[in-house]
Amino acid sequence: MKFALTPRNLVTAALLIGLALLPLYVALTGDRFMLTLFTRIVILAMAAVSLNLILGYSGMMSFGHAAYLGLGGYTTAILSFEGVHSGFIQWPAAIAVSALFALAVGALSLRTRGVYFIMITLAFAQMAYYLASGMARYGGDDGLSLESRSTFAGLIDLSDKTTFYYLCLLLLFASIMLVWRLTNSRFGMVLQGVRSNETRMSAIGYPTFRYKLTGFVIAGTLCGLSGALIANHTDFVSPSMMFWTRSGDLIVMVVLGGMGTLFGPVFGALALLFLEQFLPALISTAVEPFNPAGAAKAGEYWQLVLGPLLLFVVLFARGGIDGMLRALSRRGADAERARHD
Amino acid sequence: MTDALLKVDGLSKRFGGIVATDDLSLTVARGELHAIIGPNGAGKTTLITQLSGQLRCDSGRIQFAGEDITALPPHTRSLKGLARSFQITSLFLDLSVLDNVALAVQAHAGHSFHFWHDARKDDALRQPARAALERAGLSGRADSPAAALSHGEHRQLELAMALAGHPRMLLLDEPMAGLGPEESARMVAMLRALKDEVTILLVEHDMEAVFALADRITVLVYGRVIASGVPDDIRANAQVREAYLGDADKGGVHV
Amino acid sequence: MTLFIEQCLNGLQFGLLLFLLAAGLTLVFGIMDLVNLAHGSLYMLGAYFAATFAAWTGSFVIGAVLAIIATLLVGMALEVIAMRRLYGRDHLDHVLGTFGLILFFDEAVRLIWGPGGLSLPVPAWLNRSIEILPGVQYSAYRFAIIIVTLAVAAFLYILVMRTRVGMLIRAGASNREMVGALGVNINLLYTLVFGLGAALAGLAGMIQAPILTVQIGMGENILILAFVITVIGGIGSIRGAFVAALLVGFIDTLGRAFFPQILVELLGRQAGSTAAPALSSMLIYILMAVILIVKPQGLFSANSR
Repeated sequence: MKFALTPRNLVTAALLIGLALLPLYVALTGDRFMLTLFTRIVILAMAAVSLNLILGYSGMMSFGHAAYLGLGGYTTAILSFEGVHSGFIQWPAAIAVSALFALAVGALSLRTRGVYFIMITLAFAQMAYYLASGMARYGGDDGLSLESRSTFAGLIDLSDKTTFYYLCLLLLFASIMLVWRLTNSRFGMVLQGVRSNETRMSAIGYPTFRYKLTGFVIAGTLCGLSGALIANHTDFVSPSMMFWTRSGDLIVMVVLGGMGTLFGPVFGALALLFLEQFLPALISTAVEPFNPAGAAKAGEYWQLVLGPLLLFVVLFARGGIDGMLRALSRRGADAERARHD
Repeated sequence: MTDALLKVDGLSKRFGGIVATDDLSLTVARGELHAIIGPNGAGKTTLITQLSGQLRCDSGRIQFAGEDITALPPHTRSLKGLARSFQITSLFLDLSVLDNVALAVQAHAGHSFHFWHDARKDDALRQPARAALERAGLSGRADSPAAALSHGEHRQLELAMALAGHPRMLLLDEPMAGLGPEESARMVAMLRALKDEVTILLVEHDMEAVFALADRITVLVYGRVIASGVPDDIRANAQVREAYLGDADKGGVHV
Repeated sequence: MTLFIEQCLNGLQFGLLLFLLAAGLTLVFGIMDLVNLAHGSLYMLGAYFAATFAAWTGSFVIGAVLAIIATLLVGMALEVIAMRRLYGRDHLDHVLGTFGLILFFDEAVRLIWGPGGLSLPVPAWLNRSIEILPGVQYSAYRFAIIIVTLAVAAFLYILVMRTRVGMLIRAGASNREMVGALGVNINLLYTLVFGLGAALAGLAGMIQAPILTVQIGMGENILILAFVITVIGGIGSIRGAFVAALLVGFIDTLGRAFFPQILVELLGRQAGSTAAPALSSMLIYILMAVILIVKPQGLFSANSR
């Protein structure tokens, strides 16, 4: 494939380079907060990448993806609580637990279609939520703190924030790579065929259920790994990370960034967390000239802007950020062609 | 009957109070082009849907190549060599034309649990897909998105996809529907070329095409077979004439 | 035994309350084919309106009526401004768009009423126990809820089954084009149906206000229950919603009340009391999973698409 200098490719490349160089910026400015924020962005981007595999590429509208984030996180935290600190045990366990849960949920929910599928995935995630709330030994509603971060036999030290950031980034890139290979493989073609026209897929000879289930489990597993990361990042897990609105956030990231595109979920995670972080200040600045006294307070109500913004994206910008970049690239290419003609 | 590829016995299907298929029996011999005709609502598409397995029948038996396939799901029937095309275009509109056919090829190339190699660079899929496109006369459009094709080209793509799996039998549901005279003629020529290689069950409203192509014709009315035979017998059959005359004032079909 | 009867009544009351929410949801699902996550926000608004209007007017009843009217109006406005644009789009768009609306409503409530939450006291004339069966005392307020919600359910039944509007609603749930072909003003019908659903949600919120605290996010938990009910009952079916709501109300209430004891009996003290809280909150989700395995379209599917 040829790499053309379209705005889309340039912005994507800038994003990747920016992510890779962020610790440099932090070291130069001493802005530690940016490192924390971006570690979170990278981890959630990985979760969004995993959701995108089923939502974007195969049209499975799963509304319970945060459950895997929670399961991965809880597995890590519980093992840590019980005295198992090695990441070599914690992380594979987190992956295995999420995979098993995804297998069970997928096997049941993929028998249904449409709204029923949305609702049943949602209900199973709520089940995981209540399960976590009910585990008195592990903090119940209050959640559970990690005594220490996962250890890797002295190979890497996760309590070093820069090291941890790079590990997360590496895993994000690996996930994107995995999704890229998967979606272009025979298996991925089947998933895309299912998204496009499932009836036809079974008519031409595909037992679609088993492919969908496999995709569902891969996505859940990958998200479980990002759950282990987020537990290490915040040193804390609680049931609220599995509440259904968290699953909604993940969907928002995927759609905001651009469904069924490789880097869309990364754009989406970046955009959503940036809005969360900086929209308040932006609103305050905007209100300042009119009402200096109320400006700071106005910023608190940033979701008043975010909510309708989401509705706007749904109604008018369905391709998300990637879609806009693509349109921009196409316009650029057209102009180029016009110049040559 | 010797060498029957498809044998249907006493097939019935009701939707609530409506009988869509009523104790229907039918035999399609290997190598023939067997046409199903009948007025609107005769249950022709319902029959195709039952044969391909999207719809379960209430009672009766379907045998394909000597094997009872009554209880098999659609994908298994397709893998056994029974391919169908859809009356209402049912394609992967957001994928390219070549991808559409390649998916059909892939369905017959073993399981698809291959996770790493780029399927779009896989000659084992792409070559047969290109060949099928060639035969359906669509080579020029291989890289267009399926959504960008004209209606006639969609029908050709349907045919290419049905052919891609090297089926033993094709179930064609109104391949001529909505085609202009020129496109229809092209489709008839294509089907004529095909009928030497593959057994075809053709549901079609275009009588000219049916009588030009069919080896045998079965006439359905209200889900029941009222006549079955070679084209000349059907043309002469009084019952058939009556069934169609009854329909003629609604702008139906002329025999 | 008295406890059991009381818990059964609580289950009935909770089930009927859930029915109010689920009825609106299932109507909107069935007729407009719209997944409306913001339904819980309307429930929350009903509670806030009720607490506010009751405080202004000094009358619980007037406050309640005003709250329902206000939610009806908000619902109709919401339909005209936002929901209408979502019809005919895919479910993902509905989920996202209405998810955005939840954020909006939560924040709007915080802006107007502050983050603290409100309370709506039970009026004095209902704030007592009555003897509903010989020897069985029950909260008059909860008993009143049962009466009112049963009356609303009966009203809905008559509206849907016996009136022209209801005929259109039923026809719309199974065949949208047909209703259009009858020359009915579809836009108006949709606005009314959405408003009706909103008013029912508002009523449910208003009813819950004296029992729970009125707070931001109160709609988010109960919304999922309402969804579970519509799915169990079969999307678009009012009757299904009724049956499923009672089922969920009973199982949830009785499960929380008695399931821990049963578990202790079965598993022994230690294991039983450890597993109980988690398992009893999971009961209805397990019920839903089982029902969907047996009947993937729910118990009473209105449109078997």
